[in-house]
Amino acid sequence: MKKRVVLHFPTGLVDKPIVYRLVKDFDLEFNILKAEVNPKEEGVLVLEIKGDDQNYKKGLAYLKSSGVKTQSLSEDVAMDKNKCVDCTVCIPLCPTQALEQNPKTLEVNFIQEKCIACGICIKACPYAAMSISL
Amino acid sequence: MKTIQEINQKIKEGKAQILTKDELLSLIDKKGRKKAYKEVDAVTTATFGPMCSSGIYFNTGHTKPRIKIGAGRATLDGVPCYTGFAAVDLLLGATSLPENDPRNNIYPGSFGFGGGHVIEKLVRGEDLLLEARAYGTDCYPRRELKTYINIKDLNEAVLFNIRNCYQNYNVAVNTSNKPIYTYMGILKPDLGNANFCSAGYLSPLLCDPRYKTVGIGTRIFLAGASGFVSWWGTQHNPSAERTDKDIPKKPAGTLAVIGDLKKMDSRFLVGTSMTGYGVTLSLGIGLPIPIIDEEVFDSVSVTDNDIFSQVVDYAKDYPQGQSRSLGQVSYAQLRSGKIRINKREVPTGSLSSLRKAKEIALILKDRITKGKFFLTEKVEDLPGLDSGYTFRPLKERSPK
Ligand code: SF4
Ligand code: SF4
Repeated sequence: MKKRVVLHFPTGLVDKPIVYRLVKDFDLEFNILKAEVNPKEEGVLVLEIKGDDQNYKKGLAYLKSSGVKTQSLSEDVAMDKNKCVDCTVCIPLCPTQALEQNPKTLEVNFIQEKCIACGICIKACPYAAMSISL
Repeated sequence: MKTIQEINQKIKEGKAQILTKDELLSLIDKKGRKKAYKEVDAVTTATFGPMCSSGIYFNTGHTKPRIKIGAGRATLDGVPCYTGFAAVDLLLGATSLPENDPRNNIYPGSFGFGGGHVIEKLVRGEDLLLEARAYGTDCYPRRELKTYINIKDLNEAVLFNIRNCYQNYNVAVNTSNKPIYTYMGILKPDLGNANFCSAGYLSPLLCDPRYKTVGIGTRIFLAGASGFVSWWGTQHNPSAERTDKDIPKKPAGTLAVIGDLKKMDSRFLVGTSMTGYGVTLSLGIGLPIPIIDEEVFDSVSVTDNDIFSQVVDYAKDYPQGQSRSLGQVSYAQLRSGKIRINKREVPTGSLSSLRKAKEIALILKDRITKGKFFLTEKVEDLPGLDSGYTFRPLKERSPK
């Protein structure tokens, strides 16, 4: 199983060695897709986690018990269909083809499973149709 | 040959054949050019995209005691209005920004709220905070005003665009090694993407390339309401280079348009933020083209294969006022999702929405067919292809 999650570290937890225990105690592999510490010293880490289903659940439970908020990626980036005008200007900017136009209806669709939360479309959309809740 | 009067008579009788541009193309496909020409009375064309030279003027009504905001200061939801008119007539342009917006000091600026967004809020019927200061006169003694206003209470609220509906536009790319933030969107380094901004075959002025039916006084669909062409637009450039079918190969004609903001619809009038550039307003415009003769019919039948645009470097050439073309591409190529520049494959994105443009063409067709919208004879020609009218750069002269 392979899943992408967003971890929110509240102030004070950022410098604690928490994530490495995913490897050590739960036998999970991970890739860091994005890491950020904001001025308030809250951290955001986007991970792609690989491993056994059970271990994944336990690992996530451990993170939660340590005070880390977890959220799966697809919940983080969203397209507001009421705001999107289907212009297509975001499409060539997306690194993972998570935005595509339906050639028949000309509607632009957001495919959450492909999104890596890079944030480019949020800057690029002139109509504030794309948002991220990091 | 058919006159506009004859077409309007048919509309009145419910007998007119009004087609959208897409329907016209399928009809030609099905029945051939000759038959299609005989059948169709008018064709609807449309576009939807950012149009920076959009603005509104409005009259708030007088206060008691009176205030002369003219030559004073006024903001709507914090966005500065222009006050150089009479006591309570105000202007607000789409690109206006709150004084305290950081602009590009935090680069690239996000430009989340400005004139375009205020205009959209007005159209949505939301209350907006008007804050004004005046210097006070004997007949207008009041010096300060802070009140909510709503579009329904304004005496007049009018959209007035001094340039839009561009007849063709550049394709923007970036040849530098860092991303740039332009009015044509975010451009990735090293030809990472190419952005264009025209409805192509559906774009009003590309369907009437010689301005044969469109002119001053033409009734149009303007952001949901009926509006009018009031003049040619600023930077109107009929002399731009054209194909043998008189279709411009680069930005050419433009329109100035006017209409009642109170009747507009926020589906077709949307506040727009260009990261690193500023705020603007996206508008939907529809133009019906009466098929008065075969020449007009042939012009209106143009497809994306026959419309070309120039690829322009927005990193080096455009900022310096150089109009060098890196290559010519057709709208059919642009719509395919990728073009070739310098032997490289470059993915394309569009700033204008073809989906919305098609929606507008359909609504306009519907209104005409139902006898709610009639076609107009232009009152005056726009400066045409042989007028010698051009778009010139500023000649700077330093003060002595
Ligand atoms: S840039 Fe925004 S409005 Fe345009 S297609 Fe993408 S999400 Fe929709
Ligand atoms: S956040 Fe990045 S990956 Fe996700 S849709 Fe937007 S551009 Fe694509």
